[in-house]
This record gives sequence, C-alpha cells and structure tokens, in this order.
Amino acid sequence: MKALMRHRLFWPIVALLALVAVNTIARPQFIKITLRDGQLYGALIDIMRNCAPLMLVALGMTIVIATRGIDLSVGAVMAVSGAVALTIIDGSSDPNNLGTVLVAIVVAIFAALILGTFNGVLVARLGIQPIVATLVLMLAGRGVALLITGGFITTVNSDPFSYLATGYLVGVPFAFIIALIAIVLLALFERRTALGMLTESVGINPEASRLAGVRSRGIIFSAYMLSGLLAGVAGLIYSANIRAADANSAGLFIELYAILAVVLGGTSLMGGKFSIAGTVIGVLIIETLDSTILFLGVSSAQSPVFFALVVVLVVIVQSPRLRTFRRRRRADVVPPPVSTPEKVEAGA
Amino acid sequence: MSTLQATQTRTAFGRANDRFLSRHASMVPSFAAVAVLLVLLVAAQLYFGNFVTPRNMSALLLDNAYLMVIAVGMTFVILTAGIDLSVGSVMAFTGILLATFLSNGLPTVVAVPLILAAGAAIGLLIGILVQYFNVQPFIASLAGLFLARGLAFVVSLQSIRVEDDSLLWLQSTRFTIGNWYITPTGIIALLSVVVGALVLQYTRFGRTIYAVGGNEQSARLMGLKVGRTKILVYVISGTLAGVAGVILTAYSGAGYPRNGIGTELDAIAAVVIGGTLLSGGRGYVLGSMVGVFVYGTIKAIISFMGAEQSWMQIIIGALLLLFILIQRFIVSRSERRE
Repeated sequence: MKALMRHRLFWPIVALLALVAVNTIARPQFIKITLRDGQLYGALIDIMRNCAPLMLVALGMTIVIATRGIDLSVGAVMAVSGAVALTIIDGSSDPNNLGTVLVAIVVAIFAALILGTFNGVLVARLGIQPIVATLVLMLAGRGVALLITGGFITTVNSDPFSYLATGYLVGVPFAFIIALIAIVLLALFERRTALGMLTESVGINPEASRLAGVRSRGIIFSAYMLSGLLAGVAGLIYSANIRAADANSAGLFIELYAILAVVLGGTSLMGGKFSIAGTVIGVLIIETLDSTILFLGVSSAQSPVFFALVVVLVVIVQSPRLRTFRRRRRADVVPPPVSTPEKVEAGA
Repeated sequence: MSTLQATQTRTAFGRANDRFLSRHASMVPSFAAVAVLLVLLVAAQLYFGNFVTPRNMSALLLDNAYLMVIAVGMTFVILTAGIDLSVGSVMAFTGILLATFLSNGLPTVVAVPLILAAGAAIGLLIGILVQYFNVQPFIASLAGLFLARGLAFVVSLQSIRVEDDSLLWLQSTRFTIGNWYITPTGIIALLSVVVGALVLQYTRFGRTIYAVGGNEQSARLMGLKVGRTKILVYVISGTLAGVAGVILTAYSGAGYPRNGIGTELDAIAAVVIGGTLLSGGRGYVLGSMVGVFVYGTIKAIISFMGAEQSWMQIIIGALLLLFILIQRFIVSRSERRE
C-alpha cells in the first residue's frame, strides 16, 4: 500500500477518480455509456472526443519540457495549420473530395512542421532561452494565420474534413483514435527505444549528456519539431470540429492548459524525468474538471478561477517546502542535510 | 617611428573603444531600441509626410499609457529573472471591478485604492508562490492569469459603462503646449517610468533587484534581502497592472472582462525590445519606455497604411526575434571575455 501511495501517478489518478465519482454522484447518467446506431454516446465519450486537441498538444509539450524547454507557440501553430487546411479546401472546386482534403491535411501538417523547425533552430542551434524563442512564434503565428485566411473566419462544409473531429470509427470518436495512436506511438518510441532515456538525460544535465556522447542538439531539435507536428494535427481537429478557421481563438490558452496537464501528470518543469501516462491523466483531469464546471452551471468564462485554484493546490503539494515539512513530521528528526542557504533565508 | 606611434595610438584607441563597449554592454540593446525607434519615425515621416506631428506624437503616449505602466512593472520582475504573465488579466479584473464599484455609487477616492489593493494582492500571491513554495515564476503567474481572468468574469460577464466624472477627467483633460497635449493618464505613465527608473538606479531596493537577477546565490551570500525583494517585485507589477486597469477604464470609458488578452505578451515584447535581458540582471526602465514607443509607432504606422492588424503581430514577432539575437550576441561576447 505504501509503495502504491508513493508511486508518482498515485495522486493524479486519485484526483481523476475523485472527479469522476463526484460527477457520478451528482448526476448518475455521467458514467452511463449507451450504444446507438453503432456509436457510443455519453458524457465520458464526449470528454474523450473533446480532449483530443489538448491531448496531442500536451504530449508534444511533455517531450519539450523533458528537455528543459517549453513551447509557447502551440496555440499559434494550431491556428496556422487550421488556416492552411481550410484555405486549401475552401479554394478547391469540390470541398467534399477526399483527395482535396488529404492534400490540405498534408500541407497543413507540413506547415506546422516548418514552424516547429523554426523553434528548434532558435533553441537548439542558436541557444536562445525556450520561453523567449517560442514567444516569437506565439506572437507572430496568429498574424500569419490571419494573413492566410485574409483576416476572415474561413468556413467550409466538407464532410471528409469534419470526420476528423465528429466522425466515428467502430463506434469510437475518430478524434480520440487519433489521440490514442499518438499516445501509443510516442510511448513506443520513447520507452521501447533509448530515445526516452536520452531525452531525460538531456533534460537532467545537458552538458554532461553532451560529454557522454549524446547528440543533445538533435534531441532538443526533434522535440520542438514533434511539438509543432502534434500541434498541427490538433489544429486540424479543432478547425474540423467548428468547421471554420478562426485565427484569433483557435488554440487560445491551449499552451497554458497543456503545461498544466504536464505538471498535473507529475513531470517537473525543470526537465528530466517525464511521464506520458501522467500527461494523459493530466489531460483527462482537466477535461473532466471542465465538464464538471459546466455542469455546475458556472459560465465557461468563469472557469479559469477553478483552474487557478487547481494550479495553486498542485504546485503547493509538489513544492519541496511542504515535502520537507511532511518528512520532518513523519521522521520527527531534524531535516536532511541538504538545507541550502535558500531555505535558511526563507525560514528566517 | 611615426608609423609606429600611429599604430600605437590606434590600438590604444581601439582598446578604449573595446573597454567602453564591454563596460556598457548592457546598454547596447537599449541604444539599438532607440535607433530602431528613430529609424521608424524618420521612415514613416518620409513615407507619409505628415506622421511626426505634435498631434500624432501626443496620441502615441495617450494610446499606450496603459502598456507603459505595465511594462514598468514587468521590467522590475524580469530584472529578477522572473516573469509575470498575469498583468493583462489583472488589468481586466481591476478595470471591471472599478467600473462596478463606480456604477454602484462608490466614490472614486475609495474605489481606486481598493482595486489597486486587489492588483497588489494577486501580485503578492504570485510572489509568495515563487519565493516560499519554489514555484517557477512562469507557473505561479500563470495561476495569477487564470485567477484574475476568471474573477473578471465573476465580477461581470458584460462590459460596464463608466459615467463617473472624476475618472473620465483622467482621460478627457488635455494640458496643451502649442499643438502638443498630454492627458493625466499620460502623466501617470511618465511618472511611473521616472519613479521606476529612480528606484532601480538609486535605492537599495533597486540595486538589490539587479543583484538578485545577476546571481541570486551571490546576492543571498552578500546578505541582501532576496526573499523580500522577489515578493515585492510581483506586488509592484500587480499594483501597476491595477493602475493600468484604471487608465484603460478611463481610456475606453468602460470596464470589459475581455480586455487585455495578450497584453502580457505585448509588455514582455516591449521590455525585451527595450533591451532588458530575460535572464535577468540587465536592463532599464527607460529602455522599456522606448520599447513601448516602438510598439506604439509600429501600430500607428500600420493603421496609417490601412494595412491589416495581423501585420502588427508579425512585425512585433520579427522585431522580438531581432532583439533576442542581438542580446544573444552580446551575452556570448561578454561570456567569452570572462
């Protein structure tokens, strides 16, 4: 039991289960999943479908954060990829043609990859702080998206494209399947090859891993490319869902929610050890909380207050100060000898 | 003989030049910002013919007064190697709170201190998270952003008009000298710049901020009050965001909970363009003021040209990139020297 409690995913899972339990007690139909016309329906299925863009973005963010970085530009990349795809579909003679949609998707993802590469160059080649480097694209990206759509909100009616967000495959929302594929592929690449370990080593000590022969630049570079790629796919799902490319509101604040999901999942923003499963749980917590807040009748505009409280709670629980305090109470001895001057000062 | 002397004087001059550059390396980005501002103004004047007029230049201060106040607070935070993402939301929250108070008949002299205290409280929360719970400034101020934005909508979902005379006075009064004019909001903005610059340059607190940003560990070993300083900069930033809320409410004549989305990015961009290093320890409030003017000038040029506002974001992004590269170059040079 103690070993179980000490597992780093213990508290995130408890939080998720508690949220589900509260919802189920408040409205029993929350947990119910019904099968209609070969498609699954229910509040949980809605959460699965709606979480797809955030899930993709948060997965990319996890790898970037593991390298001690951060990617603020994901929301802007989403806006660009949606704008590119819808402009191509809108400009074609037959928006319902599967070929057109495929071309649009490929070009949009390619555009997102270019943006990811741009971030990678700034961080890995030029050695600029990740926050600053990705801030450039966060500012400029939405401008680019607005230019692509000509300043309008491009709307299209394309059934193959909408399928990305609203379609079902063997009864499961297609968007969730995309997210699932991304999770599985990422887990395989990071955990069944040495890539994950190398990524963690770069995050823990870039200089030492470079001396040990790890090609840290390449690993950091590819992390930003991956983040751009996943944000591009997320942008496609988002724009397919609303059937429009809205350069101003597509992916607005998603970088913040993605970072929150990563932190909720137990990955430290200081880089190093990361947990893909933790991020998945973090995303599910956020989406469930969001649905709970909506159910409570709180305007969605006011929901940030709840998220702020969650952030504060989580960071305080994770903070070293509280941990030493707990350890001191448990062991009832003087705290470990790692007391830095910082703590002395803070305690004074 | 004479050639030898000539080379000697030249190398001596070169060395003095080098020494000047290395000693004032931290000022170079700020000078670059001034140069960019001058180039922008001259180019706009040559292109439009009627750009640099007293009217336009006065409007530049008027339109960007709120951003300037925020940028001053942001400079304080960034100098300690922190960041404050909450300012845009705090501005919206304090603005809508002020409008609500005033529409409920609270006198301005009571309402304004109250909302400034609200801004300071959010800053204090961020500071405590950063200092006592070792939360990264990015995440702590992110919590502040969510909190303030949500609270703004809790106060009101719609915009609230302000009809209070004393608040609107801040905006409508124009002290004129010839064709130049300045509003009380502009005076507040300039005052915050001057006070900010003096505090940073000449007070113990200001010098401690530079020391903390330069090397926190050393500052602590020197016996400086690091914890108090780090909390205070966030309180200052929150309070100034509250002042910006007052200015913006007076400027637009209403409080609106959606105000200031992305203002924190504009402020960070202005501060960086003004020559403050995001790694902390180097930078000037006056530079940030120049950065805000660069921002405002670009905005004015774009609206003069009738071009789409989307260019604004792209140009600011490109400028930010340029200045980051300049800073990167300077930092790597001074690192090589050491």
